[in-house]
Amino acid sequence: MQTQSYDTLVIGAGISGMQAALDLAEKGYRVLVVERQASIGGTMVKLDKTFPTNDCAICIAAPKMVELARHPNITLLTSARVEQVKGSVGNFEVTIWRQTTYVDPELCTGCGDCARACPVDVDDTFNGRLSQRKAIYLQFPQAVPAIYTIDYAHCTGCGACDRACGPRAISFLRRSRPLRVTAASVIVATGFELLEPTELRKEYGFGRFANVLTALQYERILSASGPSDGHITRPSDGKVPQRIAWIQCVGSRSEQGGYPYCSKICCMYATKEALITREHAPDTEATIFYMDLRAYGKDFQQYYERAAAHGVRYVRSRPAMVSENSDQSVTLTYADTLTGTMHHESFDMLVLSTAVVPSPDNRRLAQALDIAVDDHGFFVPRDPLREPLHATREGIFLAGGAQGPNDIPDSVAQACGAAGRAAIPLATRTRAKPPEPPAEREVSDEPTRTGVFVCSCGKNIGGFVDVAAVTEAAQTLPGVSFVESSTFACSEDAQRRIRAAIDANGLNRVVVAACSPITHGPVFQQTCAEVGLNAGLFEMANIRNQCSWVHSGAPGAATTKSIDLVRMAVARADQMRPLTAQMLPVHPDCLVIGGGVAGMNAALTLADMGINTYLVEREPILGGKLNTLATLAPGDVAASELREQMVHAVQQRPRIKLFLGTEVREISGHVGDFRVTLDEGIGGEINEVRVGTMIVATGFREANLHGRYGYGNEPRVITQLELERHLREGTLGQPRSVVMINCAGSLEAENPNCCRIGCGIAVKNLRRLREAAPTAKLSLLYHDLRVYGKGQEEHFTQMLREVEPLRVRYDTARPPTVAATQSGLEVTVYDTLLRDELTLEADLVVLTAALRGDSETSRLKQMLKVAANGQDFYNEAHAKIRPLDFNTEGIYLCGSDHYPRTIADTMAQAAGAASRAAIPLLRGEVSVEAIVAEVQPELCSGCGLCLDSCAYGAMSMDALQNLVLIEEVLCKGCGTCVAACPSGALQQRGFTDPQLLAMIETAWEGATNE
Amino acid sequence: MSERFEPNILGLLCSWCAYTGADTAGVSRAQYPANIRIVRVMCSGRIDPIFVARAFEHGADGVLVAGCHPGDCHYVSGNHFAQDRFATFARILDFFGIDERRFRLDWVSGAEGARFATIVSEMTEELRALGPLKMKVS
Ligand code: FES
Repeated sequence: MQTQSYDTLVIGAGISGMQAALDLAEKGYRVLVVERQASIGGTMVKLDKTFPTNDCAICIAAPKMVELARHPNITLLTSARVEQVKGSVGNFEVTIWRQTTYVDPELCTGCGDCARACPVDVDDTFNGRLSQRKAIYLQFPQAVPAIYTIDYAHCTGCGACDRACGPRAISFLRRSRPLRVTAASVIVATGFELLEPTELRKEYGFGRFANVLTALQYERILSASGPSDGHITRPSDGKVPQRIAWIQCVGSRSEQGGYPYCSKICCMYATKEALITREHAPDTEATIFYMDLRAYGKDFQQYYERAAAHGVRYVRSRPAMVSENSDQSVTLTYADTLTGTMHHESFDMLVLSTAVVPSPDNRRLAQALDIAVDDHGFFVPRDPLREPLHATREGIFLAGGAQGPNDIPDSVAQACGAAGRAAIPLATRTRAKPPEPPAEREVSDEPTRTGVFVCSCGKNIGGFVDVAAVTEAAQTLPGVSFVESSTFACSEDAQRRIRAAIDANGLNRVVVAACSPITHGPVFQQTCAEVGLNAGLFEMANIRNQCSWVHSGAPGAATTKSIDLVRMAVARADQMRPLTAQMLPVHPDCLVIGGGVAGMNAALTLADMGINTYLVEREPILGGKLNTLATLAPGDVAASELREQMVHAVQQRPRIKLFLGTEVREISGHVGDFRVTLDEGIGGEINEVRVGTMIVATGFREANLHGRYGYGNEPRVITQLELERHLREGTLGQPRSVVMINCAGSLEAENPNCCRIGCGIAVKNLRRLREAAPTAKLSLLYHDLRVYGKGQEEHFTQMLREVEPLRVRYDTARPPTVAATQSGLEVTVYDTLLRDELTLEADLVVLTAALRGDSETSRLKQMLKVAANGQDFYNEAHAKIRPLDFNTEGIYLCGSDHYPRTIADTMAQAAGAASRAAIPLLRGEVSVEAIVAEVQPELCSGCGLCLDSCAYGAMSMDALQNLVLIEEVLCKGCGTCVAACPSGALQQRGFTDPQLLAMIETAWEGATNE
Repeated sequence: MSERFEPNILGLLCSWCAYTGADTAGVSRAQYPANIRIVRVMCSGRIDPIFVARAFEHGADGVLVAGCHPGDCHYVSGNHFAQDRFATFARILDFFGIDERRFRLDWVSGAEGARFATIVSEMTEELRALGPLKMKVS
């Protein structure tokens, strides 16, 4: 057996595994991806939408799946598992078991004739067993690879599929076999599962009552490609439910009834499901029974408020039991914990937000890899604070749900981080060169031959738009020489057909009538490129987002409009010309702004990947908040200790050049070649550095609470950061009564955000206060206890036992007040549980203040040409799948300047940002925007009206020739100058006047207003 | 009973916000009348008043220009230029016998699917009431 060697082995190909593999492959490392299932995609592809942006989950995941499958540096093995890992970092010897699927992947075209012939019906696990599939099947339409699989457990061996298979891809003689490979590092990204509460929490009737579902099953019901085509119906009788309830924390947050941790994602996905339910069917009543509402992330609280404003009802409660009624509705018995009363309420359908649990295969895999799992079966890091991504064996890294509940952006950030750390042992290896762009066909002399491909998107388009009519209409359009429709244009099979059609018919323009060019344009452009068709010769008509989805009540009008959109796209296609993306060399160094935990860890990761890094810190010393904090969770590590370790590590790295007491003054240039002016201030030097990429890690600050809660007037009213300083320096004295007020300045009209880490800080500091003042009376005033995720909930329960604070739940709509008395302070609070006003005597009040981004954000964001929100937190490129990138290429972010986060999360993000920033640096080249402006010199009158309109300084005046000049690398392709030009001398490539006018003039066939 | 007049609306939308907002309207299944045809540009700053004039000539009864909210333009200030340009433009519409209400400049963020649907619904209603466009000058 020949042994293949790879740089990194990635186990699991959900969103984390895919991201990790792509991050490494983009750097030029050869990656082997091993996935247990028949398709990659993991849990994310089962979801209908994602919070808080309500993006369609498969629409943002599928392009990544396609990218992964196509990447020249990635080898993908599905239906395979890792059996054994011997050796050590740099040279792991891996044994993999390839389960036979009895289908030859080289021969299978994904046509589905086999499944149509198969007589065996099996519960479809992808659809939560709410529908059936065949014993030979494709997991889901967009499955990658798009190869049918025989489910041997259910196959009767009748051979019907074999007879139906045209290319003879099926062979029952294909054997499972082992495979041996080597890899220098390993990433474990095997994901999680959601509890099926048949045993645990069986009082809710799951498995016994037909209309009690898990939240993951409900995602499938919401999904347009799910068992009910996106119509919300009850499994028992297909009727439309009028009243739906969600029960939160089923199996979570409970020592006896399940798992002690908080599953972190359920409050938000239940909110999402309820909100989408109300949007689909506004008459449906949606009720969520919750314990604490943990809307802790960026924009989560606003999302929750939006759901509440949309009529989602939230009941703070403890559900006790569920019984089934004769009409198969269910009655829920619960205690309302705000009123203290018991209730019975009936619902047509009940959705259980069940615990995130480890994959059952984890323990076996842990043995194979010789790494540790915790009591539950999640993989554990060797140092949860300092190295949250490093498994207990050198060279093996963890990402995503494999190590506990994680939402998608945290999983992606960890995956990037794991890729960054896993790249360190590879630093001395040779990397694959970026692939040569495929040779392009010369088409400029050819008459237009447009191919139109119309997608049904399952029922998404086909359910409302008459796809056959659109296809037929397209045939009559000028320049069109080929038209075809498909069920899912983005599936591998359909892509193959597009390529074949381009080849066979000599197509030189391609129009895909499907979904949005924003999500899927690049996928199809790549498809065209593979057969030599330039990306600039491709166009999309968005008949899903603009027709079928928004005019589902008017199918006739939706079809007419689809035909119009296709006509417009075809007219534009006729005017399209090839676009060439210029390649630029990259300056190989990186700049990190901010020398706190995030910045230091990013710089360390970069340096260890072999990249020279400038680390800039405004203060004269490194450390950021580590210079203020007392201890850090988890593990009660002294902040000073971590600071010393990290600063020492930074100083040990010759690749890191430090600029302390230094401000960023000016930034110019673009990805690959930024020029940054660094100012050491009075008496210091001014330096200019040139770097290819930059990382922004500027941290957070406490909001200004002056004049509120007595802060600023009373010296004994302090914030958590000030408390940390006292604890650290031992200057606290001996307070007798401390009142801690959470959410000070948060969850209110001016700042609706939850600060995410405040509850965790309060828990940690109450324990520290107990140690410092053993006899003091400690009180905690809270709105919700958002100790989310694994670890925090357990720390919280432990704290309650050890510290026994007085707990008072208040409502942020009615915040506590602090007044000075002769003897000290007096806090008045309305206790929503006792429904009574309380007065607490205190000699120290600690405010868990709202948090904001750094005070310099508004200055820095202008220099960086990036955006930030009203709280001075930077805006990432995409809330779900690009959490560490800015929209501006070549700039990345990490840590609390994105949103407040724990040290462990910050460490992971920082390693992730380093990984992202390293991609262009290690590739050595970047492509610049192709859709830039250009001047036609003979038309330019030299008036200069366009100059002002350019925000990037890309335009200048050639005074000698009286002509405008454009520096293409600086142009970002907005086209503002083009519209400013009075003489028509400017055009934007890819968005020329003739192209846009062609669309405008064909929008309504034959219509004029003259 | 005469058939209800269905106006033709052209939407010129920036890719980063308004077009994404229209995508979001789709993803959240917000319903609005099927009267609008959308042309995507990278930034509202790209939109030349000539596009609007040409749309009116070629069958549009109304035109919507939409970009990112002020301050949110992906290209820093393109929408600011669009605003200036179309403030002047709206005033000369009258000269051509085009009711000002047939043209709308608005801002829609990528998350505001519902807002996009509302804008299109409002415009459609208004144009239904105004009736078909008859241009004075041809
Ligand atoms: S990108 Fe939306 S207006 Fe400029």
